[in-house]
Amino acid sequence: MGATAMRDYSRPLDLKNGRVEMAHGAGGRAMAHLIEALFARRLDNEWLAQGDDGAVLPAPGAGRLVMATDSHVVSPLFFPGGDIGCLAVHGTINDVAVMGARPLWLSAAFILEEGFPLGDLARIVDSMALAAKEAGVPVVTGDTKVVERGKGDGVFITTTGVGILPAARELSGRRARPGDAILVSGTLGDHGMAIMAGRDSLGFESPILSDTAALHGLIDALHECGAELHVLRDPTRGGLATTLNEIARQSGVGMLLQEKAMPINPLVAAACEFLGLDPLYVANEGKLVAICAENDALALLAALRAHPLGVHAAIIGSVHEDPNHFVQMATTLGGKRIVDWLTGDQLPRIC
Amino acid sequence: MKYIDEFRDGELARGLSEAIRREARPDRRYHFMEFCGGHTHAISRYGVADLLPDNVEMIHGPGCPVCVLPIGRVDQAIRLALDNDVILCAYGDCLRVPASGGLSLLRAKASGGDIRMVYSSADAVELARQHPDRQVAFFAIGFETTTPPTAVAIKQALALGLKNFSVLCCHVLTPPAMMAILNAPERIAIEGFVGPAHVSTVIGSRPYEPFAQQYGKPVVIAGFEPLDVLQAIRMLVRQVNDGRAEVENEFTRAVDRDGNRKAQALVDEVFELREIFEWRGLGVLPNSALRLRPAFAEFDAELRFGSAYQPVDDHKSCECAAILRGLKRPTECKLFGNVCTPENPVGSCMVSSEGACAAHYTYGRYRDA
Amino acid sequence: MCLAIPAQVVELRAGDNALVDLAGVRKEISLALVDGIAVGDYVIVHVGYALNKLDPEEAAKTLALFAEIGQFDAGQMVH
Repeated sequence: MGATAMRDYSRPLDLKNGRVEMAHGAGGRAMAHLIEALFARRLDNEWLAQGDDGAVLPAPGAGRLVMATDSHVVSPLFFPGGDIGCLAVHGTINDVAVMGARPLWLSAAFILEEGFPLGDLARIVDSMALAAKEAGVPVVTGDTKVVERGKGDGVFITTTGVGILPAARELSGRRARPGDAILVSGTLGDHGMAIMAGRDSLGFESPILSDTAALHGLIDALHECGAELHVLRDPTRGGLATTLNEIARQSGVGMLLQEKAMPINPLVAAACEFLGLDPLYVANEGKLVAICAENDALALLAALRAHPLGVHAAIIGSVHEDPNHFVQMATTLGGKRIVDWLTGDQLPRIC
Repeated sequence: MKYIDEFRDGELARGLSEAIRREARPDRRYHFMEFCGGHTHAISRYGVADLLPDNVEMIHGPGCPVCVLPIGRVDQAIRLALDNDVILCAYGDCLRVPASGGLSLLRAKASGGDIRMVYSSADAVELARQHPDRQVAFFAIGFETTTPPTAVAIKQALALGLKNFSVLCCHVLTPPAMMAILNAPERIAIEGFVGPAHVSTVIGSRPYEPFAQQYGKPVVIAGFEPLDVLQAIRMLVRQVNDGRAEVENEFTRAVDRDGNRKAQALVDEVFELREIFEWRGLGVLPNSALRLRPAFAEFDAELRFGSAYQPVDDHKSCECAAILRGLKRPTECKLFGNVCTPENPVGSCMVSSEGACAAHYTYGRYRDA
Repeated sequence: MCLAIPAQVVELRAGDNALVDLAGVRKEISLALVDGIAVGDYVIVHVGYALNKLDPEEAAKTLALFAEIGQFDAGQMVH
């Protein structure tokens, strides 16, 4: 499908009033038109321009391959600070980058619901294109399917990313050691509360923005600062608490956090108060947890704070021996509590 | 956050903690029950127990409306959604309570029930307004703090002429529950009560006076924040030391003796006392819960759908009943932490984050290890 | 029981409602349960309703009391 085929299309896509139809997923002319006008043209790179079923990519030289995949079902699709499109790009780039790998390419698969406005779809794809361009990680191949009205939530997007991991680097949730320092790259709970603000019953007005961001640049800075990095992870659903409990269990250690040190945007704190939520369990989409050797904590903190995405970074605790793998926290009051695994979905409380 | 952060100040907490340590006589033990689930949550979440001397112990009371909500009531709500095709609106707290047949409201939702979480009763009325073709029922749980909002919602529905809105009323009262604790046949050592914060903004401090007078137990109404709780404990220690049994108010910024007369009048207009009502853990108590008055009967979901309450027994080994009365600790229940966990709660004390078991498991079980 | 938070009334709205503010987060709630609320007042908010007005003087007194207790000379034992 190249320049010749384009002349067959008599009318441009109606982005103002047009909607996704079953035909757009049927494999015929309508689908080809959608792919060309809405996806390929906007995502705009040499691979998509070929119009083949797959992308031919150069085999990596030295190092190992890292692959990660993520499905995105966020609702609402457009939220303060972002949308499902850029979220899909950032999320998978981050999954690859926290493994220590340099993200190279992305794929994107869309499941569209019949009736979904084409104008919204264009906005989403434009957002993906911008995110991919800014990150320097192109979407080289993709897929589109359409499901009947009522069988989808507008749009679902699955992105897969591939990156290259240098030979000597080993980052894993299993590598936290007693004595290590625990750091976070910035404020907690922004994304989850930005999403919550738009929910009908629970909604509230606030300037809270999602923190969705690609972190591979920040992560490069951390590798370069020379700190002995043991664990890198981005805390998403379930918040910081879930990520730390996972790491504690994987590494077979305990942790002690300092509540006073937790960076939390006062707006997020206030929104959580309203609904009875704990910011430690609220989702993030542009934050890092970094666990490093004790002696390197300050250097790592400096490297984080020097980067625009890490200005509010903080050392929040340390790792110690604990056969029970508890994540404990010294509260602002001077007492202690556990920061336990999340149970089910965090639900707003009346009591 | 004004009026919140100042009452969580670590320095002031240290001062209060030292004061309690000084004033608690070394030759005696003090057992105080914090009635209200919100206080249980605050105590666990801030680790207040670490700031108390060893001879001052907090016992978690039954003031958690989810914990005392019988399984049979959750069953009623589930049946409304599954059998009567009702849009069932509920507060987040009760969505995970395990009910009969392996169901909970959340599981019923997964099975196809139209169950919606709401932040406010007003949202349920709004849903009814938006969907005139569907029946909308509001699962009204809670103590006296949450009852006035339900009363407002019902009057609103009346004013709007809504024919598709109803309420499954499970509102309960605080003084009868406190009385049940004090009248328990087993003797438990409770020297005083930390009284509920926000219930008291509505009912005032007067209703607690009989407990002080007739049962000789001091009651100190405490605000919601950890400093409030610490100060209330200190005031209780003083009363015990002085041999006094009075109702004192620590939460003076929001509570007075009379309470919110307007809210009380609204509740009185819409609701009447149920002669008896079963509480989980406390048994059947007289004049301890509310139902809609005949004038508002059209909004009563039990009448509209012919929904009847069927009592359901708790698991044989579940110790919620004893724990809710302060007779046993979570760790003394055979099921705690193995069969019964927040992921798989057997009893209500584990479901609600205010429940003694959930609070201990989630925040404090490292102390048992 | 009862999660309720103190928030400041920043705007009175139709239908006995008000816009309240907690440190920059705003929500519309009902004033149906209270009387005589003015912009600037602090109210206790529970499930979307103001339950009561918060008394700033009493709040200040309470905090002052806490501070005073903390300054008690540790050398003076009560008993």
